[in-house]
Amino acid sequence: MPALPGGQQKGAWSPRFWASFLACGVALAVAVPAFNHWVPPDSPAALPDYLVPLLGKYLCYALLALSLDLIWGYAGILSLGHGAFFALGGYCMGMYLMRQVGTRGVYGNPLLPDFMVFLNWKELPWFWWGFDHFAYAATMVVLVPGLLALVFGWLAFRSRVTGVYLSIITQAMTYALMLAFFRNDMGFGGNNGMTDYKDILGWDVHQSSTRLGLYIASVLALGLGYLCCRFITASKLGRVLLALRDAESRVRFLGYSVTDAKLFVFTVSAVLAGIAGALYVPQVGIINPSEFSPGNSIEIAIWVSVGGRGTLVGAIVGAVIVNSAKTWLTGAAPETWLFVLGTLFILTTLVFPRGVVGLLRRPSRIRTRAAARVPAGERA
Amino acid sequence: MKTATPLTGALLYLNGVTVSFEGFKALNDLSLVVEEGELRTIIGPNGAGKTTMMDVVTGKTRPDSGEVFFRGTADLSRLDEAEIANLGIGRKFQRPTVFENLTVFENLELALADSRGTWRTLLAHSTSDRRDRIAAALARIGLSEQTGQPAGALSHGQKQWLEIGMLLIHDRTLLLLDEPVAGMTDRETEETAELILDLAKDRTIVVVEHDMAFVRSLGARVTVLHEGAVLAEGSIDHVQNHQRVIEVYLGR
Repeated sequence: MPALPGGQQKGAWSPRFWASFLACGVALAVAVPAFNHWVPPDSPAALPDYLVPLLGKYLCYALLALSLDLIWGYAGILSLGHGAFFALGGYCMGMYLMRQVGTRGVYGNPLLPDFMVFLNWKELPWFWWGFDHFAYAATMVVLVPGLLALVFGWLAFRSRVTGVYLSIITQAMTYALMLAFFRNDMGFGGNNGMTDYKDILGWDVHQSSTRLGLYIASVLALGLGYLCCRFITASKLGRVLLALRDAESRVRFLGYSVTDAKLFVFTVSAVLAGIAGALYVPQVGIINPSEFSPGNSIEIAIWVSVGGRGTLVGAIVGAVIVNSAKTWLTGAAPETWLFVLGTLFILTTLVFPRGVVGLLRRPSRIRTRAAARVPAGERA
Repeated sequence: MKTATPLTGALLYLNGVTVSFEGFKALNDLSLVVEEGELRTIIGPNGAGKTTMMDVVTGKTRPDSGEVFFRGTADLSRLDEAEIANLGIGRKFQRPTVFENLTVFENLELALADSRGTWRTLLAHSTSDRRDRIAAALARIGLSEQTGQPAGALSHGQKQWLEIGMLLIHDRTLLLLDEPVAGMTDRETEETAELILDLAKDRTIVVVEHDMAFVRSLGARVTVLHEGAVLAEGSIDHVQNHQRVIEVYLGR
């Protein structure tokens, strides 16, 4: 691999790191398909087909949580509207998938998706142009959330909106988008969203091999997203972010542009969230405005805090743990889920603020406010 | 009204600066000149406008009227904090504000005179030249042994020195020190005075201070602020015998 800048933190790219990173990657990308595909279905070791997209979905959530940890754990930006970037990435993919349906829709209209025929539309709106092509849709998956983050972040960070005020306006942003996408006139399927996909890049989305492919793509996206976040947090910029998280005005007086630094990570984070959304949609088979709901975005923050904020790995672990528990509990005892979620959040805040990963790691390896407490005796 | 023409030669020139907070005039038509290479101490009772003056110079507070010139040309009242910092003005706050979750080394690394751009920071290298400069600064502020410690674990006095070290390594032309010995032991205060006198050899320093013994030990020109304006200026002896200063400090 190419030489990394020397400003990277010591040990961030040690052989030990690469060994564990690759081991996890291989376990996820090879073992899951192997147990699903090559082990005979009647064997007890076999991984049933329905689990593959479910695991893929968890990995998309993990990437989403990772993107939030990058800005919340390291730069102190608690976005409670990150679900919006995820949903926008998802909608871009959904639009591509709708165009792939072609004449196989219920109405068999060669020009328009079913919901437009139903609404009596005569021609494709301009913003649907290009979504026939995967490359165009993939570009939009990156550009749309990225540009929204750039504009929103520029306005917010330039005006020095921080802390709880920023969290509130990000909630407002995702809520406003939800209301907008609920409207049929918006041209994105309104309340029902988009579903009944047929193929992606020519492969049938219902085929187990396609689902395995999407799953592996999710593993790769998560792995690359993780390396990207690690590169940023281990760089000197990562140190600037930690510094501005704790003493923002001090960083300004050192001559760093806090606005630029925050805008950079916020945009990177939104792009990662968008990619997560794009991979999520073909695996769950639907995108609708409920993905924008403020509650969804708050849940992402819970995943991160359960796993361990400011650790990157913690975000991934938290997303997988909480969502597995959700899948299991909403089946076993649906009415208890929200109570469990709330309890989890209270417990992580009060009892183990460093999350699951913090409990497992040696305390010295995590930089927290607790480490900063001065022994009172030292003063005299 | 005074003329807006900046004085030549002066490093810092405040011309008729007024700042009011909801009717209270923190600075009232304040004019002040600091020459290049000077060590200046600023004293004054609480609420005299000392910290507000520093806020105006460093861009934290914008004046309602008046101008602030740096090197005779740059009007600081139009720039933001980062731009002013990059012109060569460094500031030490009243309370030590080091980055507690970063190590002593990393604190100095961020302060090092270097490109501040986001992209350049992301791809920054840690060269041996940079490490040497940090090591030299560590030796000068006496924190070489604490290099790998989180700054939050330092004692109060050590934090003050680290902050001075950050100003030192930032290679500023003008340093503004807000109560650098607040909360220090006598011994730490003495060492800090030595450190400041040492730093003053090759840069301009403005010190705001309450501790008169410390001000005397610096032996520099003193400006007394009162109700947002200059009350007296001169040597420490001149100022301490000044009739109005005695009234303001002791009378009322």
